[in-house]
Amino acid sequence: MTALRRLALGTLVLWLILPLIPLAIWSFAKGWRFPSLFPQEWTLRAWQTALSDRTGVLESLWVTGAIALIATILAILIGVPAGRALGQHRFRGKSAVQALILGPLIVPGLAAALGLHAVFLQLGLTNTFTGVVLVHLIPTLPYMIIIMTGIFANHDPSFEAQARSLGATPWQTFRYITMPAILPGIIVGGLFCFLVSWSQYILTLLIGGGRVQTLPLLLFSFATSGRNDLTGAIAIIYILPGILILILTARHITGTHPALASMMRR
Amino acid sequence: MTDVALQNLTLRYPGSGIATVENLSLTIPTGSLTALLGPSGCGKTTTMKIIAGLLRPDAGDVCFDGQSILHTPPERRGAVMVFQNHLLFPQMTVAENVGFGLKMRGLPKAEIAQRVAEMLALVQLPDMGPRRPADLSGGQQQRVALARALIVQPRVLLLDEPLSNLDAHLRSEMRDLIRSLQQRLRITTLFVTHDQEEAVAMADHIALMLNGRLRMHGVPEAFYQHPADPPVARFFGGVNFVTGIVTDNRFASALPTLTLPANAPKGPGTLTIRPESIRLGPGENTLQAQVICRQFRGTQSRLHLAVADVTLFADLPPDQTATITPGSDLTIHLPPAALWVMPEHAQPHAAPSVQHHATPPR
Repeated sequence: MTALRRLALGTLVLWLILPLIPLAIWSFAKGWRFPSLFPQEWTLRAWQTALSDRTGVLESLWVTGAIALIATILAILIGVPAGRALGQHRFRGKSAVQALILGPLIVPGLAAALGLHAVFLQLGLTNTFTGVVLVHLIPTLPYMIIIMTGIFANHDPSFEAQARSLGATPWQTFRYITMPAILPGIIVGGLFCFLVSWSQYILTLLIGGGRVQTLPLLLFSFATSGRNDLTGAIAIIYILPGILILILTARHITGTHPALASMMRR
Repeated sequence: MTDVALQNLTLRYPGSGIATVENLSLTIPTGSLTALLGPSGCGKTTTMKIIAGLLRPDAGDVCFDGQSILHTPPERRGAVMVFQNHLLFPQMTVAENVGFGLKMRGLPKAEIAQRVAEMLALVQLPDMGPRRPADLSGGQQQRVALARALIVQPRVLLLDEPLSNLDAHLRSEMRDLIRSLQQRLRITTLFVTHDQEEAVAMADHIALMLNGRLRMHGVPEAFYQHPADPPVARFFGGVNFVTGIVTDNRFASALPTLTLPANAPKGPGTLTIRPESIRLGPGENTLQAQVICRQFRGTQSRLHLAVADVTLFADLPPDQTATITPGSDLTIHLPPAALWVMPEHAQPHAAPSVQHHATPPR
């Protein structure tokens, strides 16, 4: 049994990592022609180019990170109160609201973005950083709200009443009672939002109109221009945050965590 | 030392329009323990939350020492509520839980540590400070919750069914602990329970709520001997009810005419007598009864008796009833002092109150 499980795990890891190996090799290759298994010569040139000012990789990295960070913060600011309302209160039309929140996960992003493009055009938000941040809320917000709904459904509001009765002000109650209870959900939800925003392509392209150059857009243009070495280097840079986040939070992202368990239920 | 006065409290839950608490007026004297008694869902906990400031009434007022505290936020009322499921903060140790209220008041750490140690000793959990609440037994958790409330020296202590989650033997231990602490610290205490035995055993005064209304408020004895109306009497185990008319201290009903104690209210009413107050043999108000059946109940036997068309229930010591067989005739008498007539259309609040009742508070 354990042997079988190990085999399955190994296969899964290989399946995830295997596609990345050629990318890594490409980024250090100086000419790699068909019959040979490995490049004839190795070089750091692609990395030097990628990290220089000419390619705009560093600037894109900054733009992508800033968009993902701001979108995540906005998602937290909206998702926490929304999750509290959905997780702890009963109100008319609650199931309709819940269905609407899942909407962006069901409707293809492209379809929603095409409609939004017309609206954003009128508001003057197309081709702007702000517009891209706002449109990134479409795919990120559902994750945040769903996770926070699960967290709040498992959090008894009587704890807050008890704290108030013992002499805690509303702020102290939030600081000492509510925050410790919901922080794991905010962390997991925030990481999800960051990664979902980080990997957006279509929405950024459509609303940003190519003016807002995030890393995936840059990566795509290099990939289509045939620069395999540069593409490899940028792709490695691009996937690093995801891997880092996974390593840092493996403890949080397990099936037993209430935030994730609530997501699996849906 | 604080007395609590509730004046005409009404609270409706939004949407339903049904009053959870209706026109409730109640005074809790300084330093006393009052039990708010009633079946589940009668508005007891809601009343308590209004006093704690966790719910806002639609009408009425709450006064501590004559001052309205309706607009004071819960953290500044000094009314600490201990919830039924103890609600210890899971992320904190026992000591942090007990010290929570003092920390919120910004007391220095050394003083908090000292007072927490004293308080844990007071509730007989001296070495539990570093533990997590989850490692404690139910009784220990309840004592920590009590310590956490008492440490802030509340003006008013509100206990919501503090014994309901405990085993029978823990329950009486906890009951004694609460009572002794309350008497030592002289904290004005309101104590919610659905168990009339618990209320009788612990409280100076009992306030009985049925369906959101206060039905009777008085010393525990009054609920047995002088209930306000039949539902109140039934809640306390009253089983004998006979309707009739009072004229000049005589009661005319399906039973032979009975002599009542002096100053019974004239007019139509319901007569009641505790089953344990019915006596065997002739005496005042002698009746001839037929035994329907006999139930052995441990310390007492309950006789079901037919008198005329009325069924009466009598609880007697088992040694007096051993020879009584169903179907036999039996002479009983109803001592006038044990008879109590509840006039029809009685005002719920016209019942003997704390202030007017002859029985001195314990």
